[in-house]
Order: sequence, then structure tokens, then C-alpha cells
Amino acid sequence: MRYKIVALLMLMVFSSSSYSELVIRVTQGNDKPTKIAIAPISQGVAKTSEDISRIVEADLQRSGLFETIERRDMLAFPTRAKDVYYRDWRLLGAEYLVAGQMQMLPDGRYQVEFSLLNVTGQKTVFTHRVSGSLSQMRDLSHLISDKVYEEITGIRGAFSTRLAYITSVRKNGKYSYRLNVSDADGAREKLILESSQPIMSPAWSNSGQELAYVSFETGRPAIFRQNLVTAARQQLTNFTGINGAPSWSPDDRKLALVLSKDGNPEIYLLEIESKKFTRLTRHFAIDTEPTWMPDSKHLLFTSDRGGTPQIYKLNIASNATERITFAGNYNARPSLAPDGRTLAMVHRTTDTFHIASFDLQTGRMIELTETRLDESPTVAPNGAMLMYATKQGDRGVLAAVSLDAGVRYVLPASAGDVREPAWSPFLR
Amino acid sequence: MKMTLIKSGLTALMMTAFLAGCSSNPADDQQGSTDIEDTSLQTGQVDDSGINDGSVDGMGMSNVFYFDYDKALLKPESRAALLEHAEALRSSPRNIRLEGHGDERGTREYNIALGERRANAVKEFLVLQGVSAGLIEVISYGEERAAAYGSNEEAWSLNRRVELK
Repeated sequence: MRYKIVALLMLMVFSSSSYSELVIRVTQGNDKPTKIAIAPISQGVAKTSEDISRIVEADLQRSGLFETIERRDMLAFPTRAKDVYYRDWRLLGAEYLVAGQMQMLPDGRYQVEFSLLNVTGQKTVFTHRVSGSLSQMRDLSHLISDKVYEEITGIRGAFSTRLAYITSVRKNGKYSYRLNVSDADGAREKLILESSQPIMSPAWSNSGQELAYVSFETGRPAIFRQNLVTAARQQLTNFTGINGAPSWSPDDRKLALVLSKDGNPEIYLLEIESKKFTRLTRHFAIDTEPTWMPDSKHLLFTSDRGGTPQIYKLNIASNATERITFAGNYNARPSLAPDGRTLAMVHRTTDTFHIASFDLQTGRMIELTETRLDESPTVAPNGAMLMYATKQGDRGVLAAVSLDAGVRYVLPASAGDVREPAWSPFLR
Repeated sequence: MKMTLIKSGLTALMMTAFLAGCSSNPADDQQGSTDIEDTSLQTGQVDDSGINDGSVDGMGMSNVFYFDYDKALLKPESRAALLEHAEALRSSPRNIRLEGHGDERGTREYNIALGERRANAVKEFLVLQGVSAGLIEVISYGEERAAAYGSNEEAWSLNRRVELK
């Protein structure tokens, strides 16, 4: 496949004051994107600075699979299917058109009715309505993006999902660590926890309602869980040594995690309700970074028992382990795509750390990134993209790449060191 | 086929409620609607006010011990300094904390493990020299608390360390 640089496309994302940090740059795109026009959705009834059509455009462009028609080139701004003159859009080369308008509902909420039109076929593909409050204009926009993306690509849209990540700032020799959650596009960053002590390894529950993470707030590492809606927190571990790398089981009833209370890091299982711990590995090497396979019967984890860090597969019932990776002298932090087959990981060649994908069936390893200190891969719930942490200068930033390496973009933050992204499951 | 996809998407929409309980009523195959309810994310609170990061109490001795990349072997200069510490701790025992650190290369949890390996190497040396193991606490910070900033060998070599506090 051949790729072209689509340009440093600066998408100004209009936003509320809580969101000023992240600007999206598509640095590399698919060379045959679908051309789509998002006619400005009439939204005069709502007093908001959020421009729904712009948010939808940004979502679709960021996927790398779409090229949007510039608003200034549009000959008309239809808001209903019946007002569309298809030839206007054919002239612009658009294959699809989205048109819609907003109305206020009797209960004071807002509804957008929008249609996806096939310009080539001159027909309405579907009409859909989304509704929400004034503060949910971005949610409405991402839902529109999900519907359009899914219809055209056949892949479920993941624009309505979120990211959890860690930032750290050092001021006057003092550290401040933050756990944040934002929309998948980086907008609407929300502080979930702040501490003067390190916070690490955020992991989403599969319900999307909780995060597990490591916090050093007691002066030692401990694993906590926190409900995002109620802010209720619970400390789950308090052992001597490492308490790390939590990973929720598919049914959210257990956590795989790492404890070094036996002298060196071992993988454990915690049944959350009964607080019962079961040790799964017994080896003098480092065993860490467990992640569940979709069958709930196996874990993948990192171990240096073979001399260098490599990915191993563990049968939970029998504790049998099997080495999975052999290419390269450093393979770690496995993150499985929802297909249960594509494994993203940190992969070192000579002295650089890249994100690579590994096919569990064929054993083929593909390097997806080209930067130098890439880590913490996390695959989107639709399996189309993965987010990872990398460096720009001396600063940590989040970046994304498609699993075929064709699309890349960076989410730079203006303040602090950003790292450890965790992509949420589907939330609605 | 595509309509089936939309329908299953809508069904999935109904299944989770996170920020939003969503309901969905496809009027027909061509039309559907999705409603988002109001809820918001809340911020948790930590009480870390009792945490003292602790200054390095030198008593004239070196309290920071450096390591080679991916290694937990004590260097000769570290051994010399640790012999002095061991003697001081034997004659006047006190609780100490060994904080292990790594450079930024490699994954964060793996670096936590490497930092612990380094701190344990220091602990084992002190115990061999007669310091009571019960006085020594090992904590690894991995790459989370860098002493030097920058993605270069100079910063990395300063960050691969164990601090005795």
C-alpha cells in the first residue's frame, strides 16, 4: 500500500473552556478516502459555541477514511433531504452528503434530525434523530459521526468513546500527577484524580463505568478502583512491594494484577467481591502487564524469564505458560484488539521502541509507528485505531495510528507530560 | 444488510448506560432516534497530605547509587558507599527506605519491576553486611519520578538509581 501525506491539517475544534489543550493533526492518511460533505447543520435554536458539523467533519477526517468537502466550496446549505440538489454535490466530487437541522423539544432539550445521502446513487440512505441537552452538543455530534461512519465503512463507529490518561507537571521541584478522562478526540478533558504522588496504569472496566489504577498516595503503590459517575473509590490492594498493572476480566468480576510480596513480581488474580487473591505465576523473573483474552481463560503478560522481555500466554486454570513472541529483544505491554487475534505491543528494534502489531494466528509482526520512545498501546473498541504515548521533544504526548499503519495523528497537550492512554469500551 | 447493522448498533446503544442512559426507537428501517440523558463525570479525592517525600539524609555519605541500562548490578563506587552506610546502620539502627528508579525507556510497569530489582540489590548488600532486613523498606517508582529531564543518555544515567532515605 502507498500512503501520502495529507498535510498538517489543523482542525480547530471549537469548545468549552475546559477544553483548550488538544489540537488534532492528521499527519498521514489513506490514499483513497471517501469524499463526503457535511452541510452546516442549522442549529440556531441552541445557544452554543459547538459547531456540530465541524465536529463531525473532524471525527471523520481523523479516521483517515474520509475527505471532507470545504464549507466555503459548498453551493448550498440544505438541511433536509428534499432540499438537496444532487448535481451541486456531484460537481464537488462528493460521494456522500450529510444534511440536518436542530429543533428544540417541548421539554427544552434539543433534537438533530439528519440524513445521510448517497450523491452518486441520488438517494437518502437513512434519516436519524439524536437528542440531548445543551451541554451535550459534542455527544450529539459524535453520535452522528458514529452513524455515518458505520453506514459507509461497515465498521462500528468509536467516536462516542473516551480516553483515560495520566499527566504530570513539575513545578518548583514538586510533582503533580493527574488522572484525566476526555472524549476520544481529546476534547472535554475532565480531572478524575490529582495527587502529589504518582498515578499509573489506568484500566477501564468493561462496563465503562469504572477505572482501576495504581496510586502512590499512601506513600506506597496500591491498586484502587473508582466509579466515574459517583467518584466512589475503593483501595483494593495494600501489599509490601509492587501493587501494579490492573486488568479487568471480561465480566468485570476479577482483576489480573501484579504483586511482588513474594520477592519478585508475579501475576495474581483478585476476585473483587470476595477479595480472594490467587497466585498464577511462579518464577524468579519479572512477570508483569497481564491482559485478558476474550475467552476469560487466558492472560497475556510480559516476562523476562527467557532473558529479555517477551509476551507469554497463561492458562488460568492450569497455570501453563507458552511463549508468544520471538522477534526482537524487547516485546512488552500487550494490548489485544477486540478481534482477539491482533496484539499490539511495545517492540524494540536496535535501540528504538515502537508500537507493533502481532497476528496471534500467523505470527506476523508489523511495526506501526516510526517515533522513538513509543509505549502504552491501547486499541479502540472497534479495532480500527490504537492510541499510544510518544515524545515530542522532551514532552510526552498521545498519538494514534490505524492498525494498518495508514493513518496517524497526534493529540498534543499544551501543559505537562501526557502518557498512558487507555481507550474506553463502547459506552452507548 | 446495512440496515441490520444499524439495528444491531441501536440495540447495542440500549445496552450500556454510562454517562447516559440511552433509548432508541427505530421507527422503521430508514429512521431511528437516539436520546442522550444527562450525567457527568465526577472527580475523586485523595488524602496525600501526610506524605513526606523525604530529603536525602546524607550524613556526609553518598545516598544515591547509579546503575547501568537494564542492569541491577552494584557498581564499585556504590559498594564503597554502602559499606559506610552498613557500618552506620549497624552501630545506630534506624528505619530506612530504598527507592528504586529507572530511565524512561521501555514500558512503565516493567520499569517498576526493574526499579524494585535495583533497590533489592542494595537491600541484599546491606543485609549481607549485617543490617537487619526488618529496618529496610523497598519502594519502586520505576520511571515515574525522574531526577533529570530529557531523552538523552545523560538524563537516563542519572535516572537509573536507588535513593537511600
